[in-house]
Amino acid sequence: MAGWFEENGLLLGLALLDGLASAGLIFLVAVGLNLVFGVLRIINVAHGSLYAIGAYAAASLGMFLAARGLPDWAALPALLAAAVLVGILLGPPIERLLLRRIYLQEQVVQLLVTFALFMILEDVQKLVWGVQPVHHDTALKLLGTVDVPFGADVIPFTAYQLFLLPGIAVLTLVGLAWFLRRTLMGRIIVAVTSDREAASAMGIDAARVFLLTFSFGAGLAALGGALSSPTAALVPGIGAQTIVLSFAVVATAGLGQIEGAALTSLMMGLGRSIAVYFEPELEVVVPYIIMVAVLLVRPQGLFGVTETRRV
Amino acid sequence: MRRGETIFALLGAAGLIAAAIAAPWLRFVLTVALAKGIAVLGILLLLRAGQVSFGHALYIAFGAYTVAFLAPALPDAFLLLVIAALGSTLLGAIVGLFVSRYREIFFGMLNLALSMVFYSLLEKLYTITRGTDGIRVNTLSLFGISPERAGYEWAIFAIALILALGLGAFARLYLASPMGQALAAIKTRETRLEFMGVPARRILLAAYILSALMGGIGGALIAMTTRHVTPLLAYWTASGELVFIAILGGAGGVLGPFLGAVAYELVRIYAAATVADMWQLILGAVLLLVILFAPGGLWAMLAAALRKRAA
Repeated sequence: MAGWFEENGLLLGLALLDGLASAGLIFLVAVGLNLVFGVLRIINVAHGSLYAIGAYAAASLGMFLAARGLPDWAALPALLAAAVLVGILLGPPIERLLLRRIYLQEQVVQLLVTFALFMILEDVQKLVWGVQPVHHDTALKLLGTVDVPFGADVIPFTAYQLFLLPGIAVLTLVGLAWFLRRTLMGRIIVAVTSDREAASAMGIDAARVFLLTFSFGAGLAALGGALSSPTAALVPGIGAQTIVLSFAVVATAGLGQIEGAALTSLMMGLGRSIAVYFEPELEVVVPYIIMVAVLLVRPQGLFGVTETRRV
Repeated sequence: MRRGETIFALLGAAGLIAAAIAAPWLRFVLTVALAKGIAVLGILLLLRAGQVSFGHALYIAFGAYTVAFLAPALPDAFLLLVIAALGSTLLGAIVGLFVSRYREIFFGMLNLALSMVFYSLLEKLYTITRGTDGIRVNTLSLFGISPERAGYEWAIFAIALILALGLGAFARLYLASPMGQALAAIKTRETRLEFMGVPARRILLAAYILSALMGGIGGALIAMTTRHVTPLLAYWTASGELVFIAILGGAGGVLGPFLGAVAYELVRIYAAATVADMWQLILGAVLLLVILFAPGGLWAMLAAALRKRAA
């Protein structure tokens, strides 16, 4: 064991750091999906497309600003701006024009409407940004690298992935928990989540809550994409990959669970990056293995609440 | 309506044969459509119980790869079909024992996860599966006779058509039987079904195994027709496509899957030929239009037209 650690210790350290960064991204996307499901009761298959569009929009905005001669630090707020833009421009129309028509429909119909939206957005994304890889990493280079001490060695790691990605994820987690539990709007959202009809009877404007929640969830997906854009080249298909991973997180954590989603994202992020460094063949499989293992023991997810059976 | 369905099925079969004679390229498209229709028939059984599997591409890919793996050693189409069918039935029984405990989102997501695990294995285990390159399938023999190309294609078309008719008739009998009726009760109120002493889980398991069998047959036929299998057969979007076809055709009758599959393949071929970059977008838009304006799918539209004529 000691011998193994001496040989592979550095690799493990790198895997842990990588896993932490990717867990942050997974969490942002998955918590958005979970929030939307909690309130609207719709699993949004197009959530991954919003992630992809957020990523492409961030890269485009970054390149646009750089071409305009703005200083490099503008690349950082540009990431956030791109996410907000996607949330505001795409969220409300999708909810108003499409989802609003199907709230009372069967689940399969709801799934398929968002699947249709996924198909449409996938092609729109290809039409707008093409199929060639897009890469813009000013934000990543801007923050430089940090030497992370690990045992006797140091691992040089980008500050962007070390501090910014996990930092924003933690901030989102704390902020969201505070918002949902301590503010009026947040409590209204929770009320609609637990009982739509009763909340409406109390005079809550459920339609508005739906609109806001969906747009916010879309913004979170886009934020995940925007933050991922400096770390990897963007290619078609990232949306399809992201959505299945977020599904796995949400189902493993339990529906509507925020802290659960954070913990699950951490498990899957770390599990995946450890697989990347030690058993690359297993990388894509790890999240699903975790999910199947968890659901075998706890069918309602790690933190999910069993619903009372209706007679 | 019962007699109408049989007459319409025979008319449809005659129409398909006529189309395949008139245009040889249509024979290929229609064989694939029939194969997918058979797989969608399985989805239809699960939809009766209100359960959506977003992972049935698993069985298609399993059937297709079974043919691809065994074809060099055992180049007989009938034997391969039987082996693929038995294999996918066995796989469906094993997976079904696990997933039949779950409902709705969890059911859908677990199926999705398992199909994605299979997809990753097909993609990553290059030495066995040749990764994304896929495996070529040579022309097979039928009862020891090796026909030339056109004859072979006709034979597979005929097998697909006969299987479609046979399995369609079987599915109709099954849905009308007490087992099939109990499926619909799982959708409305499962608890009451159990109060009556009907084991809901076993009812769902039986339907699941049948759907796996149909998926395997569909996959084997697809491999024999396209004669090239790739991991993409198991990707989650392929599973989404099956549910798409089920809703497009209409979940109300066993003809729906075949109507849907033929329409889907024709729209896809036509869209890909005219606007190559936008075929997904067009299919997505078609799906949205069908869901929003023709919720019963093509079969319901047709049935309504027939009823009007009769009245």
